[in-house]
Amino acid sequence: MLTLTEGLIELDVKAKDAEDSIRKAGQLLVNEGLADQGYVDAMVKGFKEVGPYIVVAPNIAFPHARPELGAKEKGVSLIRLSQPVVFGHPTNDPITLVCALCGTDSTSHIQMLQALADILRDEEKLNVIMNTATSKEEILSII
Amino acid sequence: MKVVTVCGMGFGTSLMLLMDIQSIAKNHGYEVQGEAVDLGSAKGKVCDFMVASSEISAELSDESVEVISINNLLDKDEIEAKVMPVIQKLHQRG
Repeated sequence: MLTLTEGLIELDVKAKDAEDSIRKAGQLLVNEGLADQGYVDAMVKGFKEVGPYIVVAPNIAFPHARPELGAKEKGVSLIRLSQPVVFGHPTNDPITLVCALCGTDSTSHIQMLQALADILRDEEKLNVIMNTATSKEEILSII
Repeated sequence: MKVVTVCGMGFGTSLMLLMDIQSIAKNHGYEVQGEAVDLGSAKGKVCDFMVASSEISAELSDESVEVISINNLLDKDEIEAKVMPVIQKLHQRG
């Protein structure tokens, strides 16, 4: 259910702050034709207005926006930051892994989200994604 | 028994949380009805308890029902440890 491709993964990305990291993860969705630029702006706006609710677990954020704000297809991108950034969450900062989500209606992406959650719940896989992987292929091979 | 799960947008994490809670409850032999909503729609919702991420739960302090706060939404053990006592308490109360 999780369709990640090399174009949707980037390792050791430099981001100067939370907004920058959301934009960089979102850019991958734009590059791959899954969302338009307005969707990236909407993710940033949501983060600024509603706060760090997109931080779902220690060191992990799932930025997203409403489907009608520019999502074209359901998908997810995954970036690992070279230096973690602070999102302002009470317990889960700093953030190293940013997975930008997009879905075209309010239900179709749920299986994708569950599949992603299942991978990140697996301690071995999480360790590969967060720490040991040195190439995109390595990440694709465990997904 | 009804739970309302809440996230910033009502788009993803609240539904994920709801599915996890329902499956945990089922494993313990309880049937829990539920609804996943965004923060704006959550206020004043009629239910027996609410569950939200720690970031969001602070915004729900005025609710009349218990609000459970989850730090790690991917951690089913944390969800189970916090949610099951409330479900059991509500069940006993009938």
